[in-house]
Amino acid sequence: MLSAEDWAAIRLTLELASTVTGLLLVVGTPIALWLARTRSPLRGVVGAVVALPIVLPPTVLGFYLLVLLGPQGPVGQFVEAMGLARLPFTFPGLVLASVVYSLPFVVQPLQNAFMAIGERPLEVAATLRASPWDRFVHVTLPLARPGFVTAAILGFAHTVGEFGVVLMIGGNVPGETRVVSMQIYNHVEAMDYASAHGLAGVLLVFSFLVLLMLYSVGGARSFWGGGPR
Amino acid sequence: MSVLRLALDLPLTDFNLHADLTLPGRGVTALFGPSGSGKTTLLRCVAGLARGQGRVEVNGECWQDDARRVFLPVHRRPLGYVFQEPSLFPHLSVRANLEFGLRRIPPAERRVGWDVAMSLLGIGHLLERGPERLSGGERQRVAIARALLTSPRLLLMDEPLAALDAARKQEILPYLEGLHRELEIPVLYVSHSREEVARLADHLVLLDRGLVTASGAVAEILARTDLSLTRDEDAGVLLETRVEAHDEIHHLTRLAFSGGCLWVNHQQRAPGEMLLVRIPARDVSLALEGGGPSSILNRLAGTVSGFAEAAHPAHCLVTLDVGGCLLLARITRKSRDQLGLIPGMAVVVQVKAVALLA
Repeated sequence: MLSAEDWAAIRLTLELASTVTGLLLVVGTPIALWLARTRSPLRGVVGAVVALPIVLPPTVLGFYLLVLLGPQGPVGQFVEAMGLARLPFTFPGLVLASVVYSLPFVVQPLQNAFMAIGERPLEVAATLRASPWDRFVHVTLPLARPGFVTAAILGFAHTVGEFGVVLMIGGNVPGETRVVSMQIYNHVEAMDYASAHGLAGVLLVFSFLVLLMLYSVGGARSFWGGGPR
Repeated sequence: MSVLRLALDLPLTDFNLHADLTLPGRGVTALFGPSGSGKTTLLRCVAGLARGQGRVEVNGECWQDDARRVFLPVHRRPLGYVFQEPSLFPHLSVRANLEFGLRRIPPAERRVGWDVAMSLLGIGHLLERGPERLSGGERQRVAIARALLTSPRLLLMDEPLAALDAARKQEILPYLEGLHRELEIPVLYVSHSREEVARLADHLVLLDRGLVTASGAVAEILARTDLSLTRDEDAGVLLETRVEAHDEIHHLTRLAFSGGCLWVNHQQRAPGEMLLVRIPARDVSLALEGGGPSSILNRLAGTVSGFAEAAHPAHCLVTLDVGGCLLLARITRKSRDQLGLIPGMAVVVQVKAVALLA
């Protein structure tokens, strides 16, 4: 039922979502740690900036990213000066845009997990001779594990489901930026409802399974975890 | 050089913490005072968990000296810290909790052995459990053992019994007394419980609104009448007594001290054993010499040595000399006037109740 092009889109989507999830956990952890622990007045500003993709229409986000990453944009010029390929309408560009787009879905569960741990276990670890890095690895990480699971699932699922940002910055390059949501759009444009049904069904089942996993395994009452104590 | 030197300043919300103390580098020093007097903050400053300005020196080692820009981070200070709540790591078994600190000190520095810690705190049978399957008292015993296993050069305890009910407290107190007897680790012990202080401490520091109001040997401080500690409802003195004899017929035990002897309910103690008792001022009454028979068993000959204010204006505290020991009696001002008590006067000191401590 699925064509070779559909399978290519699925493979590309999974590759994109895995890469983005991995990057998001690396980038999101320090941001979430900072947001959970800091008393800096900048906390509100940074928190709001990280959360922007939740409320902004993806087209708006995609538009600004296109401007930033394009040949005339600061990031685009920097990348060009480094001698790297251009970003818009390429896979790396799509990865970068997706990281920004899905950032809040990873940072917020992590931030809540870190806040729920509190200061005390880390103070205890310090009095037991654990250095700051030792404390992070042996106390914070294991205690925040449910937060990491939630963050990874949400980051992955949200990246799979993106459309507007891809449309703006990725375009429709087969094997490069044509993800599942894009391929469904193509099928509908071509009035090929049967093919659209096939792929849409795949996404529907995938999304349901992800949410089922979140709500049963994680015992999550909401996407965001427990919230501050 | 066996001594703790603390000189710390830290502005808090309502007042400034200011402590300049030289404390014995052995035994238990209690930091005592009402809630919110800065005890815990002072302890946290010593640990480096809070950042006061000044100096912390423990038995010759400098942990903090802002004049020389020295500030050891917490994990580089050879201390043990027992928090008010047990604070075991929930993701680790009891054994892994105990090993957490132990594994982080070099073997050459391990002076408190595993078996010693297990038997001192009686937790050998709990090792394979998770913290959620322990009672509150067991958790705190594990937390204490975990701190001990790092072989600290100073043990800091922040009201380790406060979160426990009375029965659990009685369960843990003997273990703490054991620590005190068996290990040569100086302890700073924050408490607002008079009983704990009387049972455990050798040295007492009184804190009030961030200031040290007194510092000295426990018996000395508890008997001082000029301190707010000793003016309140629970004023009293500590006496070291010796078990002398038992009266099997009446189920009583006789304790001797330099001022005479005291009868208490029968105790399972061998004659010659030392027993620390506390005599609350409110349980001591006074009579003039030659008073008739009384139901009060413990009647001692003493002399009035002075008067002090009590918490309530109807009362006053009378300091008494009983065979060289100091006792306190809380009586009404009216009684004082009716008896015509003046310093130097001989009186009969009637003790209604004696609290046995150890």
